Amino acid sequence: MQATETILYNRAGQRVVSPDYLLFEAPRTKHFMTGSEAVKEAVKRASVDASVSYPITPQSEAAHLIGELWVEGYVGVYFRGESEFGVMSEIAGCAMAGARTITTTSGPGTLRAMENFPMWAGTRIPVQLVLMARGVNSPLSIQPDNLEVGFLLDTGCMIWYAETAQDLFDMILAGFVVAEQPDVHVPVITVVDGFFVSHTREAIMLPPDDIALPPYNPYRAPMPVIDAEVPPGRFLRDPFVMKSNYISYATHASWQWEVRAAIERSRPYAKHYLRGLIEHFGDPEAELVFVACGTASAQAKEAVRLLEDEGIPARVVKLKTIRPFPIEELRQAVKGAKYIFVPEFNVVGWLEREVRRYLYGHSNAEIIGAPRVAGGMTMPAEVIVKEVLKLTGKEVKHVI
Amino acid sequence: MAHIGPSGFSPYPVAVYEGVLNPPPGKALMFNEIVDEEVAMREAAKAMLTRPNPTIFPGPQVLYAWNEEAKEKAKLVRKMAEVLGAKIIPMYDYRPKYPKINPAIEINPNHPNLTIWHNKIKACIFVGVHCHYANVALKIIRAETDCFTIAMCGMAGHEDAMITLRDQHTEEMEKFIKIAEEVKRGLGRS
Repeated sequence: MQATETILYNRAGQRVVSPDYLLFEAPRTKHFMTGSEAVKEAVKRASVDASVSYPITPQSEAAHLIGELWVEGYVGVYFRGESEFGVMSEIAGCAMAGARTITTTSGPGTLRAMENFPMWAGTRIPVQLVLMARGVNSPLSIQPDNLEVGFLLDTGCMIWYAETAQDLFDMILAGFVVAEQPDVHVPVITVVDGFFVSHTREAIMLPPDDIALPPYNPYRAPMPVIDAEVPPGRFLRDPFVMKSNYISYATHASWQWEVRAAIERSRPYAKHYLRGLIEHFGDPEAELVFVACGTASAQAKEAVRLLEDEGIPARVVKLKTIRPFPIEELRQAVKGAKYIFVPEFNVVGWLEREVRRYLYGHSNAEIIGAPRVAGGMTMPAEVIVKEVLKLTGKEVKHVI
Repeated sequence: MAHIGPSGFSPYPVAVYEGVLNPPPGKALMFNEIVDEEVAMREAAKAMLTRPNPTIFPGPQVLYAWNEEAKEKAKLVRKMAEVLGAKIIPMYDYRPKYPKINPAIEINPNHPNLTIWHNKIKACIFVGVHCHYANVALKIIRAETDCFTIAMCGMAGHEDAMITLRDQHTEEMEKFIKIAEEVKRGLGRS
């Protein structure tokens, strides 16, 4: 007797495959594209139900390209919001109604929409936000700078940080899978540095575009889906009313802990789908370690190569997730380190603060929050090398 | 879930912050230990059969006829209550009730401790409660009562319960009822 196989297709006619197949097993071919185009390619394979957009540099192109996917039938619903606040509210409505959703924003757009991010987390919706980081007001800048990520750290959303267009492509697909786990089910913000990744072309390996993630099943959500046809759904979704009594305080406290617990529960899933929460580069025995994320880790890798020429062994610990923060992984990774540099693209050093917080009492290494650039500056590898050579008292050969 | 009994007024620390995560598929969580599902089911039945005022709290996923599985599960909840000699107090609505609920006949995830205090419940089973509300309630129960909590979850489980059974569908519920009958006989009760 011949075995029969059920093959499922999504709305675009793509064959539905398992996340593991799509991310790890499907054959891949090489393409040359920008980070924005990588967003389009990921969304194309993600069985997305709804996307809402609003233009702001540098994410406008990615948002526009998702719109093209709607025209082509890959995305169920697509429209432009009235502002970023409107976008983030409207995308929340789509998610509460049971849709797989994605949107994009940058810099001042993030700040305008800010109230919505803890609301997303509190209502346990697995919205994905692709954040193409840029400077925030004031003074106004459209240039790359990731200060805004510091504002998002405690919103209750997962925060992942992509270094390259390849990272971004894979993280967007993995982001849906992890965020939609019933015991996680909080939003995921996939961050990439604006311009450096969104607007530059690089080689990227893509699986075929006739396969896609399984559609989202909202009936596995930890809260009832809003469904006008099913009356209980309408009255089961209300949040508690803030009254001034002990009961509402306790509920609010428990609710907030639950959102943060949900992020913690994402660890095993993220470890699997991201192949670890951190990545190592360089001499594993080196006492000089760069802890970085995004473009700063790419530049730190270049600095490691230059330092090799100086006879100074060094290594990079790249953080793929910021929330959850890879606490144990980082502590293990910096064992034996004497100097930890945290290069960043912002003036406040939010990553340095995180690194200090989680290494306190766990590492004797000197932690140095440098180099730090902002407002659109680049971070040439030579600048990083210069910081290291200053520390070691060596002559600075590289002229910036 | 590492402790039983009131851990303080704030539902902190929650179990994940003590390093306790949900069990992997096919396993169960008993306090902070990963165990075989059958071991956890046996202990859960024992807790329900030996502690005062055992109660089952069925949630909307088994109270409303969303689908055929919900209807079957509802029948099994009733059978489970008969075997365990447990009361059934429904969690039919997740909205908080003001000025107060009637704790003799209902439980609410936003203030589940009121029902547990009023009925002096020392062991309970959550079944059919949406995961978020089960988690919110279980943290409050842990913070404010000494009730032994058991979660029968259709999804990944609830690490804030003292015993977590995951992926519980009709087959698993039937298995639990069978084990509960055995434990009951072992305790010399019919």
